[in-house]
Amino acid sequence: MQSSGSLRPIVIPGEAVGGPGLKPGPGTYSEGGRVFAAQLGIRNEHEGLVSVIPLNGRYIPQRGDAVIGEVVDIGPSHWLVDINSPYPAPLHATESPWRVEFGDTARYLKVGDVIMCHVLSVDEIKRVQLTMQEREARRLTGGMVMEISPTKVPRVIGKQGSMVSLIMELTGCRIYVGQNGRIWLDGDDRSAAMAAMAIRLIEERAQAVGLTEAVRELIEREKQRRRGPRPS
Amino acid sequence: MSEEIVSELMRAHVYRLASTGQRVDGRGLDEPRKVSVARAFVKTAEGSARVKLGNTDVLVGIKMSVGEPYPDTPNTGVLSTSVELIPMASPTFEAGPPRPDAIELARVVDRGIRESKMVDMERLCITPKEKVWILFIDIHVLDYDGNLFDACSYGAVAALASTIAPAKNQGLGDDFPLPVEHWPVSVTTAKIKDLLLVDPSLDEERMADARLTVTTDENGDIRAMQKGLSGSFTYEEVKRIIETAQRVGRDIRPLLQSS
Amino acid sequence: MEDIEHIEKEMKLIDSNGRRLDGRSFDELRPIRIEAGVLRRADGCAYIEWGGNKVLAAVYGPREAHPRHLQDPARALVQCRYNMAPFSVSDRKRPGPDRRSVEISKVISEAFSSVVFKEQFPRTSVDIFIEVLQADAGTRCAGLTAASVAIADAGVPMRDLVTSCASGKIGGVVCLDLNKDEDNFGEADCPMAIVPRTGEVVLLQMDGHLTYDEFQKAMDLSIDATRRIYEMQRDALRRRYSVTLEDILKESPPAAGPVEPEAEQPREEDFGPEGI
Repeated sequence: MQSSGSLRPIVIPGEAVGGPGLKPGPGTYSEGGRVFAAQLGIRNEHEGLVSVIPLNGRYIPQRGDAVIGEVVDIGPSHWLVDINSPYPAPLHATESPWRVEFGDTARYLKVGDVIMCHVLSVDEIKRVQLTMQEREARRLTGGMVMEISPTKVPRVIGKQGSMVSLIMELTGCRIYVGQNGRIWLDGDDRSAAMAAMAIRLIEERAQAVGLTEAVRELIEREKQRRRGPRPS
Repeated sequence: MSEEIVSELMRAHVYRLASTGQRVDGRGLDEPRKVSVARAFVKTAEGSARVKLGNTDVLVGIKMSVGEPYPDTPNTGVLSTSVELIPMASPTFEAGPPRPDAIELARVVDRGIRESKMVDMERLCITPKEKVWILFIDIHVLDYDGNLFDACSYGAVAALASTIAPAKNQGLGDDFPLPVEHWPVSVTTAKIKDLLLVDPSLDEERMADARLTVTTDENGDIRAMQKGLSGSFTYEEVKRIIETAQRVGRDIRPLLQSS
Repeated sequence: MEDIEHIEKEMKLIDSNGRRLDGRSFDELRPIRIEAGVLRRADGCAYIEWGGNKVLAAVYGPREAHPRHLQDPARALVQCRYNMAPFSVSDRKRPGPDRRSVEISKVISEAFSSVVFKEQFPRTSVDIFIEVLQADAGTRCAGLTAASVAIADAGVPMRDLVTSCASGKIGGVVCLDLNKDEDNFGEADCPMAIVPRTGEVVLLQMDGHLTYDEFQKAMDLSIDATRRIYEMQRDALRRRYSVTLEDILKESPPAAGPVEPEAEQPREEDFGPEGI
């Protein structure tokens, strides 16, 4: 059984995080030759870089990210997609998987449609473009979508996908995790609900040690509860 | 998802689940969320209560002062209710003068309290035609996760129930607790297609076609009603909703009364 | 009204032994309690009780700045709205911003503007909301202190927290952290806010009468106090996120009945997210 008392150290903005020979990585900044945390998070050292893995924060799009978005507006040659980021993200008709005539965009995607797509580009002033030309891109139907803090996405996925695979295996629900914190649960309502519970647990306790155990236990308990009391 | 628009996918999911009698948070269709009440939260107010309905969080403060009555009701105290949808409670709330939904909320909460005669306003008359107690109910919405009608009403009722009139300060004798005689409880039901859901959560509210708030008193009598949104109810549905409001009201009432 | 009534004749705000009306000495802070993450919708938030003050602070952002013509193409806007609830003061305050609230909103916005990494988020706005639920003097200091925690809670990148405190003069004596009566009947009040690591002063206001010497005494008291307050801010943020497996299991009591037999259990290390 995992040691239940171990904590991972949390640093706050302005705290010194540097060390000999360490260069400033994401979540940090340098001043006067020293490195400090820029965000509330967990200090991490990797290959000569010291970084802070934030515990919270908005989704900042990066080129290549797979994201789940919702169409919130339509123009004659593009759709505007909400990807849970400070920046609106247009999807141009030419980046869609269809041949769209000018003005005919509403035929393919309506306001309220949910899509899986990728971030095509982000320029220097953070203007974002989306694309649906990658293989997995499509309009989503069925199942349910949930939203978690984007900073928790790596934990939900796990090393080489191990955590998300565990949940899929235990619940029988297919799970697609967007880098923007949106997750599509593709299964019947019960398995989707169980998967959602497990993901919420990970979101709330992301940096706790022994999380895998807890997820496993939570899903088992839920299955028990649904099975009902056993006959004596 | 998007702050304003509920996706088609989630609408379908919520409806599918609800058709089997279940909701996204595990509740049954007729089940309200957990209500918690913390009284006397604010010492600068004559009465106050912080109410959480699920994650919807509302703080109500009651301030009392002395002033002139309204000319058409010279022997009764004055009741004034206002709701502030402060911007921190939701990304969709903006700073500024009260919008129509804030005004509607305040008026519906006010109606429930006034028409049920929760506080006998005639007992708040000091000198007829000249001097009466003025009761301000200020509702501050702190966190919005659906169903402000009920949360605000519960907050106002719980706050009034623990209000002490500052008579000593006004040279009008000893401080006294507000004379509370009736207990209005508001219960709101949302209609999504053909399904009725009690105490709608945020998503359910954003998907709803119609909404009906019913305020009943301790005898099950109706004291206030408000239908909202652009859909409609059948008469049968209205009756069912009233019966639910009476039943759920009975369960919630003890939580609002002073402990 | 009641304040004036009970402090009518020259009430001594501080006696010959250096004891104030509430029992504090000249350099004592009122009790402070800070809690982060108390609201659900906001991106970050914190609640503070400071003496008789109860203040809630919340942050949304960075988010798209509206209206568009106010957007800055090179950086985020940092905007704070300070507001007092009608029931937060003895004489009910009408809802809506008054001139005092507008001024306080401005100086607090400017304080945070100097620590938030604005250039990382062009065309957006970091919106900070401070809501005073119960007031007892020093609300802007309490609000600012809580808002710092809220901004960090929201994950908005910043150079450091900002810590705020006020000192003033009562009965001729320079004192730390005036309460409502002391502020109303004292001779000066001087709220300030600093960046703890560097000591930069990002908010400074004063009204009343202080000699240059007295001002320095007041600042020294405040700066010293901010060290203690900073620890409380840090503690609030750490508490928000520190959990152990015990806590997780405590929240969901085990169901009765046997658990299905498990396949071989993989080790915890295998499931760490990349890079952690």
